[in-house]
Amino acid sequence: MRPFGYAAPATVEQAVGLLAAEGSEALAGGTDLLSLLKDDVERVDRLVALRGVAGLSGIELDGGTLRIGAMTTLQELRDHDGAIAALPALAVAIDGVASPQLREMGTVGGDLLQRPRCWYYRRGFGLLALTADGRSMVTEGDNRYHAIFPTGQARFVNPSSLAPLLVALGAEAVVHGPGGERRLPVEALYQAPQAAEERENTLAPGELLAGVEANVAGSRSAVYEVRQRRSLDWPLMAAAVTLTGSGSRAERARIVLGHAAPTPHVAAAAGDVLSGQELTPETVAAAADAAVEGARPMSGNRYKIQLARTAVRRALGHAAGMEI
Amino acid sequence: MADYSWPEADRRAQIGARPARLDGPVKSTGFAKYPSDQNPSGLLAAKILTSPHAHARIVAIDTSAAEAMAGVRVVHVIQGEGSEIQWAGDEIAAVAAVSEDVARDALRAIRVDYEVLPHFVTEEDRDRAPGARAAGERAEGDPDAAFATAHRTVERTLGMPQMAHMCLEPHGQVCSWDGDELEVHASTQAVSTLAGQFATELGVPASQVRIRTEYMGGGFGSKFSPDRWGIVGAELARKAGAPVKLFLERDQEVTVAGSRPSAFARIRAAADEQGRLVAWDSDSWGSGGLPGTGQTPLPYVFSRLPNRRTRHTSVPTNLAGSRAWRAPNHPQACFLTMAVLDDLADELGLDPIDFLERNLDLTGRPDTYREQLGIAAEMASWKERWQPRGRTRAGAVQRGLGVSVHTWGGRGHSSNCDVTVHPDGAVEARIGSQDIGTGTRTIVAQVLAETFGLELHQVRVSLGDNVYPQSGPSGGSSTVGGVTASTRRAAQDALREVLVHVAPRLEAEPEQLLAEGGRVFVDGDSSRGVSWREAAAQIGGAPISVQGRNPGRGRLISSGVGGVQIAEVEVDIDTGVVHVERMIAVQDCGLIINRRLAESQVYGGLIMGVGYALYEEWIPDPVSGRLLNADMEFYKLAGLVDVGSLEVHMMTGPGYDERGVIGLGEPPVISPGAAISNAVANAIGVRVPYLPLTPDRVLDALAGRGGPA
Repeated sequence: MRPFGYAAPATVEQAVGLLAAEGSEALAGGTDLLSLLKDDVERVDRLVALRGVAGLSGIELDGGTLRIGAMTTLQELRDHDGAIAALPALAVAIDGVASPQLREMGTVGGDLLQRPRCWYYRRGFGLLALTADGRSMVTEGDNRYHAIFPTGQARFVNPSSLAPLLVALGAEAVVHGPGGERRLPVEALYQAPQAAEERENTLAPGELLAGVEANVAGSRSAVYEVRQRRSLDWPLMAAAVTLTGSGSRAERARIVLGHAAPTPHVAAAAGDVLSGQELTPETVAAAADAAVEGARPMSGNRYKIQLARTAVRRALGHAAGMEI
Repeated sequence: MADYSWPEADRRAQIGARPARLDGPVKSTGFAKYPSDQNPSGLLAAKILTSPHAHARIVAIDTSAAEAMAGVRVVHVIQGEGSEIQWAGDEIAAVAAVSEDVARDALRAIRVDYEVLPHFVTEEDRDRAPGARAAGERAEGDPDAAFATAHRTVERTLGMPQMAHMCLEPHGQVCSWDGDELEVHASTQAVSTLAGQFATELGVPASQVRIRTEYMGGGFGSKFSPDRWGIVGAELARKAGAPVKLFLERDQEVTVAGSRPSAFARIRAAADEQGRLVAWDSDSWGSGGLPGTGQTPLPYVFSRLPNRRTRHTSVPTNLAGSRAWRAPNHPQACFLTMAVLDDLADELGLDPIDFLERNLDLTGRPDTYREQLGIAAEMASWKERWQPRGRTRAGAVQRGLGVSVHTWGGRGHSSNCDVTVHPDGAVEARIGSQDIGTGTRTIVAQVLAETFGLELHQVRVSLGDNVYPQSGPSGGSSTVGGVTASTRRAAQDALREVLVHVAPRLEAEPEQLLAEGGRVFVDGDSSRGVSWREAAAQIGGAPISVQGRNPGRGRLISSGVGGVQIAEVEVDIDTGVVHVERMIAVQDCGLIINRRLAESQVYGGLIMGVGYALYEEWIPDPVSGRLLNADMEFYKLAGLVDVGSLEVHMMTGPGYDERGVIGLGEPPVISPGAAISNAVANAIGVRVPYLPLTPDRVLDALAGRGGPA
């Protein structure tokens, strides 16, 4: 393992100051970052441990507003009866992180900002996995787990368990940086990098994710993940939906796919199909079709289109409490 | 001359009982020290630098920076300048250092310049394979005429990829030198044969090489030789003048330390109006890495099929060479054959069990299979629950049943065992063979206890050390037969010697005496007897020590078994996800020494079988030539919640027991791929032509798209 420095700040201000230095990287639960360092996939000059930073963990339910600190562990969130009662879909998303060890150590912020699982990236070929002469290893190689909505040169998928749900809910991310606090929609945390030096998130140097905030009142949400194994396994595809309106009618629908694109993929057209509509097998099927409109599968991942359709249908069914 | 036999059924106290494995407590508490747990004082850690390229020539190698690093003791070049590398993961250099971290850092400091050469790693596409070569053609009868007049014919292209052994304890060893004497704690399946191989490579007499394997964490056919890392580990230790631990990293374990060859085939099979198999034609190919691969035994089990032609093509790839994987060639042959027969049964409109039964005379064990098919069908409620192929229920989740049959040899290997009876009544056996986790230690103890009429805790077994009598490697399901036969012969001879000493005291002939229940007494008059301890005291001051050998006199072992398995699956036709609900295994293995361990072997076979049927495969990257899933994240093993309910029925009693002991490690892993594939075909109405049955392949089959994913 290459040598690196380690800092354990006590305040957000200290952490922000430390993170502003080049080569600094935030350390949350460490379930993935330490492996990336050991495997020499990522290199850092200094880890800035967030565990001791005051004010970054905890769960608050204030009326219809749910606030979750970034350093809250997935298990703490899963064990919070109030949060789970207000947003039952959280339980599905967290239980999808199928190992108790990862839930105990992994944090909400770490889940949201974890690095892609792309096997080219993990073998040191870079996030974009381009050959020396600029060809895509992903398109020419084995892409069975890759994006059906690639964005430019980015063909990996965002692996976050919580992001699709939070994006469907319209949740906000709270970010602290050298200029103080800023708030942005959770989907704006992500970007599809197009150059080797770019990251898949939009945080600037010195910025850290402090937490997320979502309005969980007046809507129904659900998550459906397609997973090959019942034991520890990544989803092949995930869908999160949030419906406003009651009964079988959807005033507004937000549909988001996970494991489909380099960022959580907002299927806006699919939401539009359902907005103001009764949920019936026909409208749900139309939404599922709309969710994969424009998909550009590669040589080995066409099947994920079918998985996406199914995940959307089933998530909608669960959210609406109906058999689809 | 003395003869050897197993006790009659009504006189067995240990044979066929269900004692728990003797080393269960030390293994489950962590007190058992595996080779990778050995930490002699002064230990150095060694790591190996491997090639990132699947085909390359080493232009230059510079180890100076690594040698200069603090904590680095030895840097050893394995393949130097000019060497041609033929697979990613091939060993280039090794470092011994004060810690694993320092060793890994030192590897990164070694500079290797490669001239990268073209590679080929995707053998399913035989037509593009540069080195494909014909590897055998056989014909019998007149297949063309038989096909021309057949009632029904099916033609399928099927296949299964290369996959890894994935031993939980990676390959490796701890080597320590004392002068020119070498001691190796090796994770091996072959304690008694390893020393000579180390000795030849290292230039020392084999008598100066000690191999010890008291426990080891899985081999499955991949741990028979010292391997390059074994020799390198010993060299590093010699150069460093300190013990060296060298175990492969997980990615190396997956990439170079063992794979099962792939098998693909275009097969035609035909039957007549009575549902009798009349013709077979198969054109198969596969790869076991650089060496290619030999022909699998097709048609499998139904090997007396009258008109048949088989052709095989060996396809070399730039991947590490394959190793024997639990029942070499059989799971592949079984899947290729049983899937085609299952499709033919469907074409004929027959229940597949009925179809198999109509053709059992084409197998080597018709009576065994008939009995086993009946039992398995009963356990599965097949008659009530089996339905012809296709969707049978509303909704996305469909259920199906599938069946398969298999065979294996399993004759006991060459084995020697020393049994010693001490004057205080202590009894011990020493035997070179290792216990690779199958329960060898326990069954040797059972044979001892049975023979001397003692309890398990009254006998002692020492094994897994080449100072003990030579006894065979654990391969081919040959261990149980070998070690129980040699132990029984030694124990019976030792007991006879004891009885000679006891007989005068009981005023009887030695042949009249029995050792049972902790006593020695006159057959028919148990009041004329002494305790075992008193009996042993009659032998005088020195222990009796006898060596037993296998092969030898007496019908203690034989070979040739049959098995039947039925799988029940659920398939989600909207996602292609397959879940195994239930596996039923009916298995013959002759005389069973330990029912619990025998069943455990079958459970293990089923679990591994679900793994390769649904999840496990090597995924080589056509672009880089490297394995993309050399990890435990995307190299998927079956977890406990993935394997469903496992139900095992062992064939025992008359007709089986008198055959003697036959090996069991391999047979139960042969059928799961075929049975599960057949169950999926039954559930969804179409054949998914490839294993593992991943969602992409299932959805492709449902959409009418053939071909590999």
